[in-house]
Amino acid sequence: MNPILELKSVNKSFGGLKVTENVSFAVMPGEISAIIGPNGAGKTTLFNQITGHLSPDSGRILFEDTNLIGLSPQKIVSCGIGRAFQIASIFPDETVLDNVKIACLSKLNQTWRLWRPISEFRRATDLAHAILEDLGLEKQSNRLAFELAHGDQKLLDIGIALVLRPHLLLLDEPTAGMSPEERQRTRELIKKLWKAYELTLVFIEHDMDMVFGIAQTVRVLQQGALLAEGTPDEIRNNKQVVSAYLGEEL
Amino acid sequence: MIMNKRSTYTTATLWAILVLAFALVPVLMTSRYQMNLACHILIWGLFAVSFNMLWGVTGMLSFGQALYYGLGAYFVGLMVEHLGSAWFLPAIVIGLFAVAGLSFLLGLLVIRVGGVYFTMLTLAFGQLAWQITFKWYDFTGGDDGIQGIQAPAFLQNPIVYYYFLLVLVMISIWVLKRMAFSPFGLMLRCIQQNPERVRFLGRRVRRNQLRVYIISSLFAALAGSLMAGVDNSIHTDMFYWTTSGEVILMSVLGGLNQFFGPFVGAAVMIILEDIIGAWTEYWALIIGAIIMLMVLVFPKGIVGELMHIKTRISQLSAARSK
Repeated sequence: MNPILELKSVNKSFGGLKVTENVSFAVMPGEISAIIGPNGAGKTTLFNQITGHLSPDSGRILFEDTNLIGLSPQKIVSCGIGRAFQIASIFPDETVLDNVKIACLSKLNQTWRLWRPISEFRRATDLAHAILEDLGLEKQSNRLAFELAHGDQKLLDIGIALVLRPHLLLLDEPTAGMSPEERQRTRELIKKLWKAYELTLVFIEHDMDMVFGIAQTVRVLQQGALLAEGTPDEIRNNKQVVSAYLGEEL
Repeated sequence: MIMNKRSTYTTATLWAILVLAFALVPVLMTSRYQMNLACHILIWGLFAVSFNMLWGVTGMLSFGQALYYGLGAYFVGLMVEHLGSAWFLPAIVIGLFAVAGLSFLLGLLVIRVGGVYFTMLTLAFGQLAWQITFKWYDFTGGDDGIQGIQAPAFLQNPIVYYYFLLVLVMISIWVLKRMAFSPFGLMLRCIQQNPERVRFLGRRVRRNQLRVYIISSLFAALAGSLMAGVDNSIHTDMFYWTTSGEVILMSVLGGLNQFFGPFVGAAVMIILEDIIGAWTEYWALIIGAIIMLMVLVFPKGIVGELMHIKTRISQLSAARSK
């Protein structure tokens, strides 16, 4: 089986600072995997290079055999990569329903229509309700997005990304800033969505329960370089990783 | 569904009241002057609502919509002056086509830069058009403007012209309102709130901005061209930056986040100018002070604050019925 996403010797520097150093790895279709590492290890920067928000200095990023380097975020999205952001990237002054609906209208190529009221676009509406149902946000659909609890805003961000039916979904710290109960709920939900939407999922996370609870593969970044890659058990027992990052946590 | 039907009913009632109020002006007026005032409110109202599609909805603060407002007027003025009053209506249409072309080309340029640079560039192009009109005396009449713009015979009666204007303005505002609540309108609001996310939905931000820039400019031009028939004269001031500024003030006054806010803002501003202008020659000073006060006390604008009060009341009564 071919990998769905393949990074080959990706490098990126900001001035003299190497933020990504010779990173290579392959993500297999259907896999759920985690990227961990201390703050400043270059995890989000790596995501930014995959989604076209930053361009690597050298190396190759292949997605389903397409070279992503040089493509704009718009193009990369249409290739089938979705992303939810570290700080929920939503439309704060619109209702929860409209937040998802704009994504549905985008997917159906209907954002160009300027005559009929939004409510008459039944397919987009039905699709949006179905997504909100899956996220457990259906009851909040008429509230404005900025009124939602922090955790629900992050779910909404994931929902917006899911609408486009990505083959690969990147989640940047999906449980950051959540209460323990919210984390538990989000962990279950992400696992459920991964199965229901047949996603390949890569997530950045500091919550070790989530990392070792649901990831099949764990990759560890340190100072921009890939320190280790393996199953949760292998990573847990990797002396380098333990001394560099996990430390006394385990 | 019941909610939907009820809100459709409310909207229809509000529209009916609005149209009826303006339609009754010629019947109830005590002087021609009042009808003239109503014309100004309608035209500025359309101009302000179209401008707000750019600023309030999409977040693009143009300081140069006077360019298109003036162009609309001068197309009518110049064509009627040189070719006769039969060209009044065709000139409106030709002007709209010309403005569509110009706003497309200028839009390609000014939309590439964002934020304050967009504002400054639009101001620069507006002032450029004003300078050209001002200096090119032989063609535009310069500072004299154009006088004696005659509408075609069937529109020469001021009351007939008033109803012609009323119908066009109301249709235009209805069209803009439909756009504001269409998928395109939602897209524009989303672009204002989070353009990065819009890009990451695979949509093009600039192309949508260009589209609304053209639409807004078209309705500004229509407003300008209708003005040519109101006082039968036009002036280079229509291109001047204060015209762009006035429409910004009207939007702020009425409420940026409400579709009808700018229209109400335009009405309030014009009536204030009229009342205070009749009373003292320092009217600009007093209006400035009033606007400052209103913006400080009602930061959401007149319509915005009213809507806020309405939601508060319904929240209170909902809480009480629990």
